[in-house]
Amino acid sequence: MKDSRHIVSRSISMILIAVLLIAAIYPVLWLILCTFKTQTEFTMNSAFSLPKSFNFENYIKAWNTGNMGTSFVNSIICTAGSMLLIVITAVPLSFALAKMKWKHRSNINGYILIGMMVPIQVALIPLFTIYNKIGFTNSRIGLILIYTAYSLPLSVTLLTGFFESVPNEMIEAAVIDGCSIYQVVGKIVFPLMTNSIMTVLTLQFMSSWNDLIFSQTMISKTEMQTIPTALIMFNGSYGQVDWGPLFAAMAIAVVPTLVLYMFLSKFMIRGLTAGAIKG
Amino acid sequence: MNKVLGNKKAIALFILPAVILFTCLVFIPLIWSFVYTFFSGQPGLDFKFAGMKNYARIFADKTLWVTVKNNLLYVVVVGGAQIILGFLIAMLINFGVKKHQNLVRTLLFVPVVLPGVAVAQMFIKIYAITPQYGLLNSFFSAVGLDSLVKGWIGDPKTAMLALIIMDIWKAVGMYILVFYSGIIELPEDSVEAARIDGATTWQIITKIQIPQLKPVFRMAIVICITACFKVYDSPVALTGGGPGTTTMMPSMYMYNTAFNYAQFGYGSVLAVIILIECAIFTFVVGRIFKTKDGE
Repeated sequence: MKDSRHIVSRSISMILIAVLLIAAIYPVLWLILCTFKTQTEFTMNSAFSLPKSFNFENYIKAWNTGNMGTSFVNSIICTAGSMLLIVITAVPLSFALAKMKWKHRSNINGYILIGMMVPIQVALIPLFTIYNKIGFTNSRIGLILIYTAYSLPLSVTLLTGFFESVPNEMIEAAVIDGCSIYQVVGKIVFPLMTNSIMTVLTLQFMSSWNDLIFSQTMISKTEMQTIPTALIMFNGSYGQVDWGPLFAAMAIAVVPTLVLYMFLSKFMIRGLTAGAIKG
Repeated sequence: MNKVLGNKKAIALFILPAVILFTCLVFIPLIWSFVYTFFSGQPGLDFKFAGMKNYARIFADKTLWVTVKNNLLYVVVVGGAQIILGFLIAMLINFGVKKHQNLVRTLLFVPVVLPGVAVAQMFIKIYAITPQYGLLNSFFSAVGLDSLVKGWIGDPKTAMLALIIMDIWKAVGMYILVFYSGIIELPEDSVEAARIDGATTWQIITKIQIPQLKPVFRMAIVICITACFKVYDSPVALTGGGPGTTTMMPSMYMYNTAFNYAQFGYGSVLAVIILIECAIFTFVVGRIFKTKDGE
């Protein structure tokens, strides 16, 4: 009696889980499959049909005609640049906040945390005026600086949390052995923190790669556009009727993230949930 | 020891790049935004002190109230659905999945990491009716529900629904994970004890686990509501605020006011309104959970 009830409830939960998995994954799979379909396949076959062959014509079209190639390169530059810059800026600051001895430590910590409580929209208009004045609009460096600055609060929180867990004895031992402060950071602490740095890097990747509002505000030249803005334009000008290249353009935005997620899901999940919780 | 860890030159070198960057690009613009609310026109072009005029304009601005109403509907439905579904699905994984819990979680999280704009473009095609049916209309027509075949985004009656469904799909994975990590961190022994005393699974969930999860609920509600208030990318990329203003959100209205109509002062007022909305609701949620804790 109890066993049969158990089996029923188990099978119901299995079915529910299966439905959820299909709902989460199938649209993404559909998107990828659609990138290989020709225009006739879109019009003649059902939306659920599989592509007849793997032809990459849609990708070539999207890359060349829809400005996706240029914006892909721009997005890669801005994302990689901000990933580099966040490590250079956030790691030393977090170390100084967690382990070094100075007067205004907690003030500076609180100051950086302001950034987590405020919606970016509030700073957007003056930021645009400043950028306009100093000629940083339509500049990749301008975007890299913004992406880094707005990721600082969260990255610093994650990293200081990590540094606090590093035992003081370890640093003391290194200092007694004659290490300078730079050697302590570079040779002792940095190698220990690959996990936290990976988390910060994946978070930075997602916020830069997915950003719409900053790139939309600061970039007006098509040759400087990043992927999200280019994608919206692409749909407006080419994607209404001709679906194949638009799906390829979406895939250009989505596939890098999916590939990273395949290898680094642990870090992405940790970063995003921690980000949500602390933000 | 203290000499090394108190090395002033090193400290300056470590903190200054980040602090300068943050000050110039985040803090100064933030403060400046409040100053802008008292000015009219565009900086450089006819920028004049306007006193409280921008604030007075709020009350007569019908579009603003439409966007606030849209936003509130969105916050309640999307926020409610994400919290409730997130919790239920986390429970389902915890109790119903014996093997591969990790894999299920990882797969359900996929929509969360995808770029929001690409997701919106994908949903435009899922909801599409011309030149051919998208996934949704194909599905309805395949199962014989032809009355439901329509242009979901173009119809003012269903545009908001289309947006809401997309955003639940996109973000529910996050809340599944937040609740799931909360559930597995609960102490095992109280559940064990209740089982031995003959409590049913339902009683265990409602009497023991939900009360213990209260801090997780509170946190999830706060992050969910603030995210919903700030929503920008998905309506911009899915509907552009339309048809008309049916899916226009305050953040979009602010953006258009400032950058399409060059009213930086009034745009800043709208930005401040978004900030106040977030602050009020975070405060209210905090209070609600506090009084309950006090009981």
